[in-house]
Amino acid sequence: MLYALCFLLFMIGLYCAVVKKNMVKIVLGIVVMEYAVNLFLIMLGYRVGGTAPILGAADADGVTKVVADHFLATVVDPLPQALVLTSIVISLGSLALMISICIRTYTKYGTFDITEIRRLRG
Amino acid sequence: MSGMTVIVKTVSSWVKVLIFLFGIYIILFGHLTPGGGFAGGVILASSYVLLMLAFGRKLVEENLPLPLASRLDCLGAFLFVLLAILGLLVGGVFFVNFLYAKYPGQTGHLVSAGTIPLSNIFIGLKVGASLFLVILALSMFRHDSKSPAAKPLTDGSGQAGE
Amino acid sequence: MIIFYALLVFMIIAAIIAVETKNLLSAVICVGAIGFGGSLMFLFLRAPDIAITQIVVEVLALIILIRAAISRDLTFISGDREFFGMVVSVVVIFVIFVAGIRVFDAAMPEFGVPAFSYLPQAASNVYVEQGLRDTGATNLVSSVYLDYRAYDTLGEATVLFTAILGAMAILRGKSRKLVEEPDA
Repeated sequence: MLYALCFLLFMIGLYCAVVKKNMVKIVLGIVVMEYAVNLFLIMLGYRVGGTAPILGAADADGVTKVVADHFLATVVDPLPQALVLTSIVISLGSLALMISICIRTYTKYGTFDITEIRRLRG
Repeated sequence: MSGMTVIVKTVSSWVKVLIFLFGIYIILFGHLTPGGGFAGGVILASSYVLLMLAFGRKLVEENLPLPLASRLDCLGAFLFVLLAILGLLVGGVFFVNFLYAKYPGQTGHLVSAGTIPLSNIFIGLKVGASLFLVILALSMFRHDSKSPAAKPLTDGSGQAGE
Repeated sequence: MIIFYALLVFMIIAAIIAVETKNLLSAVICVGAIGFGGSLMFLFLRAPDIAITQIVVEVLALIILIRAAISRDLTFISGDREFFGMVVSVVVIFVIFVAGIRVFDAAMPEFGVPAFSYLPQAASNVYVEQGLRDTGATNLVSSVYLDYRAYDTLGEATVLFTAILGAMAILRGKSRKLVEEPDA
């Protein structure tokens, strides 16, 4: 059920990116889609009653470097977290690129409306 | 982007130093506590953005001009790749953790885990300089452009929320 | 578990408001609310690294969006595109959603069991058991993306560098005046 709600968030972002006329609204739709995808990936790695993948003082032996058994049984998956970490920062870079395209188009045509831009080109 | 009132300028000049220090802490302790290079780099960039919002674009541009930020960005990326190539030359495999085999260090201390703290520092430098660069360029472009259909903007100090 | 449902419903309501409102500033603020809700979700899903990164990236994204869109005179959006295109796209999205729900009910593992690490020799189990011994870092996520999978971090640095390079190339050129636009 939670996965279905996350998928619904993705579909709302897709609807906004496909149907709307304003350029900034399309960019907002893409941003919502990125949030939904990152959330879905982290939800795949969750374990009920789990702990974060950070070793404390009681979770591992410092000298022999052996991880305790109770930590191994309850830790959540660290692999999707590492991949989503880079994805969040990439989404910020691509948002900067999209907004700079929008601003450049606004100074050339005077509007954010994409149907009018097509009309001005003849 | 022009500045704000005296109260905002005074408080943000103190707070900016604390945010910068916190960003450096998140970068340096990335291999022990949550954080790492990416979050710390974004915090460093946002400390400069705070300064830009409070004091205006001109003061920040005099202290950290655009060519210098661009060179810091390239330097961070270059050092990260240099660390990878050093792993190839010293350890035999691209990107291997060659410092951990030589100097293990103690678990849980700041100097441990080989090349991971160094990678965190270089990535933090790169991400922070990149994001500061793009926000500075966005505010410079907005100032220079004469839009054909926009109303003439006021000087900036009278707008809502500024 | 109830907190997950509450936060997801909050994010969905904020998304619906962001899509349907006519004021651009309200839409940007609602997207900011989605980001903050997402950061709280990450904290309750036991991912503190991701929660810190999401909060600070959200703040910078809000600053970029507001600085780019607030002072323009076009803050009122005049409706959607042509009617036929909108009806077709809504029908297609609904069909995809229903098909996706069928897949999620049938093929996904239940929530609360890690979907990637049910085998004992899966990569996640190896990273957790031997991460401290191979890298010496107590933050296991850090050892994954900087030692075991450092190629992905190199790829991320390249993508970020290229995106910022593209934004600078767009923003640094001088804008031509509309009078002397060269004809083809």
